[in-house]
Amino acid sequence: MINEIFIISLKRSFFILTLFLSVNIFAQQIEVCETCEFSDIQTAIDSSKNGGIILIKKGHYKVKNLTITKSIHIIGEDLPIIDGQFKEYVFKINANDFSLEGLNIINPGQSYTKDFAAVLVSKSKNFSIKNNILEKVFFGLLIEKSRYGSISNNEVSSDGVDEAGSGNGVHLWNCSNMKVYNNELYNLRDGIYFEFVKKSEIYENYSHHNIRYGLHFMFSNNNNYHHNKFYKNGAGVAVMFSKFIEMRHNKFLENWGSASYGLLLKEIYDAEIENNLFEQNTIAINVDGSTRINYKNNTFSRNGWAVKVVGACYENIFFQNNFMNNAFDLSYNSKINSNKFDKNYWSDYSGYDLDKDGIGDIPYRPVKLFSYIVNRTPETIVLLRSLFVDIINFSEKVSPVFTPDNLTDNQPLMYMIQ
Amino acid sequence: MIQIKNLHKRFGKLVVLDSLDLEIKTGGIFAILGPNGSGKTTLIKSILGMVIPNKGDIKFKQKSVLQQWGYRNQINYLPQIANFPANLTVNELIEMVKNLRPKQAGEQELISLFGLEPFLNKKLGNLSGGTKQKVNIVLTFMFDSELIILDEPTTGLDPISLISLKMIIQKEKEKGKTILITTHIMSLVEEIADKIVFLLDGNIYFKGSVSELKEKTGQDDLEHAIAKIISRKDV
Amino acid sequence: MFKILKYSFYDLMRSRWSYVYFIFYLALGFILLFLNNDVNKAVITLMNIIIVLTPLIGTVFGVMYYYNSKEFTELLLAQPIKRSKIFMGQYLGISISLTLSLVLGLGIPFVAYGLFRSSAIFDFSLLLLVGAFLNFIFVALSFNIALSNENKIKGFGYAILMWLFLAVIYDGVFLTFLVFFNEYPLDKFSLIATMFNPIDLSRILILLKLDISALLGYTGAVFRKFFGTNLGMTLSIFILVLWIIFPVWRMNRKLKKKDF
Repeated sequence: MINEIFIISLKRSFFILTLFLSVNIFAQQIEVCETCEFSDIQTAIDSSKNGGIILIKKGHYKVKNLTITKSIHIIGEDLPIIDGQFKEYVFKINANDFSLEGLNIINPGQSYTKDFAAVLVSKSKNFSIKNNILEKVFFGLLIEKSRYGSISNNEVSSDGVDEAGSGNGVHLWNCSNMKVYNNELYNLRDGIYFEFVKKSEIYENYSHHNIRYGLHFMFSNNNNYHHNKFYKNGAGVAVMFSKFIEMRHNKFLENWGSASYGLLLKEIYDAEIENNLFEQNTIAINVDGSTRINYKNNTFSRNGWAVKVVGACYENIFFQNNFMNNAFDLSYNSKINSNKFDKNYWSDYSGYDLDKDGIGDIPYRPVKLFSYIVNRTPETIVLLRSLFVDIINFSEKVSPVFTPDNLTDNQPLMYMIQ
Repeated sequence: MIQIKNLHKRFGKLVVLDSLDLEIKTGGIFAILGPNGSGKTTLIKSILGMVIPNKGDIKFKQKSVLQQWGYRNQINYLPQIANFPANLTVNELIEMVKNLRPKQAGEQELISLFGLEPFLNKKLGNLSGGTKQKVNIVLTFMFDSELIILDEPTTGLDPISLISLKMIIQKEKEKGKTILITTHIMSLVEEIADKIVFLLDGNIYFKGSVSELKEKTGQDDLEHAIAKIISRKDV
Repeated sequence: MFKILKYSFYDLMRSRWSYVYFIFYLALGFILLFLNNDVNKAVITLMNIIIVLTPLIGTVFGVMYYYNSKEFTELLLAQPIKRSKIFMGQYLGISISLTLSLVLGLGIPFVAYGLFRSSAIFDFSLLLLVGAFLNFIFVALSFNIALSNENKIKGFGYAILMWLFLAVIYDGVFLTFLVFFNEYPLDKFSLIATMFNPIDLSRILILLKLDISALLGYTGAVFRKFFGTNLGMTLSIFILVLWIIFPVWRMNRKLKKKDF
């Protein structure tokens, strides 16, 4: 009797427990695996409710256009492979408060007319995409008309060989207040692409070996990128037609090759470029139209050209930068108007400092005659560092004829800035 | 020992040797004489292979010497001007020349004869002209060769060394060596030469003994005899 | 040949000028490294100096040695040695002793500074290699000039003129030509013009490793192809070798007909 009662009460409590657990599962978490109740991700998504979690277990899931329109959280366990089979999109998301993490998303479609992506997010806000590995993508994360999203710790790569046949790693269009950080992007067209994006922050990303740019801004104002590393891209960063961009503590390394540069500025207004390192780029900064830019504490080391100006340039200030062992410190082919060079360190400076205040007593001229010649006749570059070129540079330095008389750093530093 | 046939040598437009024929037999001292620019040195250098003739042939022991070099092992040569690498010592120079010649050398005797011991470890650049010439002589005579060619051997020598040199030359002659000498010192020629070869205008004007030459010119003195040849030619 | 080489090498190694040359490089190396504290910059400055100075020193030493040892050479010529061996011995003696001054003079400060721990070791080795090439090339060229000119003053003049031509004038003409014929495609021409001057060629060879390869890529496809690959490096070194072989060959040819 007692025994029976015990068993009944046990059964009851078990029932309650089971009931509780299953309610919990149905309300919040759905597991997906080959042998689970849900083996299809789309079905799992359709079955979930707002706030629900879908846990995808290790496996290889062949999918196409997974569509999410709810506030759910998709979490991969042990990096399940979500294979788009080269057909259109892998994920299409139009939802607020969602997250996507721990997935290995591969093989979205490729097209010359449509921007197929591993993950397409549109008209969404407050979302987070993190810890995913995206491989063999056309576009990686394509985010449009969205706000307050964060994209972090993802690794996005492709096997792009030319610009037309490849897409961007993280592509944002018409977004605001986004954060992109700690991602690694490589073998793409552009590592990160911003078009009409405002008030966003990009930091601690590592973008390398991309065909076009490591990071690309178009018509995007009030953004900030810092502590990123751009290594061996077609060009490190291109900032075009944008205002109020802050660029700090980035590294632009070995963007090396024909017509390659660390940073391209095209029609830029009011930017801050500070504490960046430009090392071994063919052109560290290529400036095609820029106004009110402050360059401060940057280091330009062993670049072909440290700063090459090819368009109009107004009211830029170069203050306390290190120009070290560049083939050319400055070159331009238009008028350089009201730009100021002050207290920079130039490794080519050969002046003296008699009063020992750390500032050279004679001004430094960053534009050399030879850089003027190379601008006009690029083939003459084969004569770089030849004795004859040194001689003509010297004579030009003594009595300037071709280079602008007033383009000088009147307070060149004797020692580099640490 | 040496047969020269139809030897031509031009330096630019200047003809120095003009179809010269000469035979020098083994043994004895031959003085090669002639006015300045008559081709004495050129003749010697042709034999040594330093000057390349334009035409003709030179045979040393029945073999042509043109473009050869091994035969020089049997010739000792004393060049006119003694100038050595300034930073080598006398000893090193002697060692070097010995090194270059695959044969026995007896330099010790010669060194003591010319009193060169104190200079052996001195750099050649620091030696006087006369001392250098002594070194030069040592280098020449330290090998035992069948043919010895001396180009102005007396230059810069003091009288005592000159006597030593004559002594050496006589000794070599007695050993049956063939010795060619060019010099402007007629007394030396009279004293030691068995035969005179007189060059004029790139050819041999006279070949014979000293007495034959005196006879031919009707002079009792060798210097006058030679002066006569040259002046007659001028007339 | 090795006997002659040995003795002319000994002779030169004890000459004051070898020491001056050695000490000059030694001082230069120390000054560059310890005042600058930047190996990369030191390598670039060194390149400028090596490209200009080694050819000059090689030329002057070559001509001077030839004329100064003329009488001694005559003594050697009377020895049972082949002519070409005498001159090859002397040629190698000078070239090697000059190269040794260069390598030791610059090598010691760089090793002392910690070159082996620096990434610049390859650039630096290339620099020394090119310096050695220039020594061998310019000693050979100056020997050629000296062999063709009995007159010491003339020979010396021509040799200096040759250096001046290759180090400065050639590039001046080259530059003028490039600027003047601006509108034509010039990359092939430039490439070939570079090959015809060992100084330019050495400069390019070093620059390929330092900074020029991408800058050249900026100009035209031919440059990019040539300088962007190892082909450029290999070919440049090959042509430098030719620049030694050709003057040495001519020297030997000239010797066969030369009167002393």
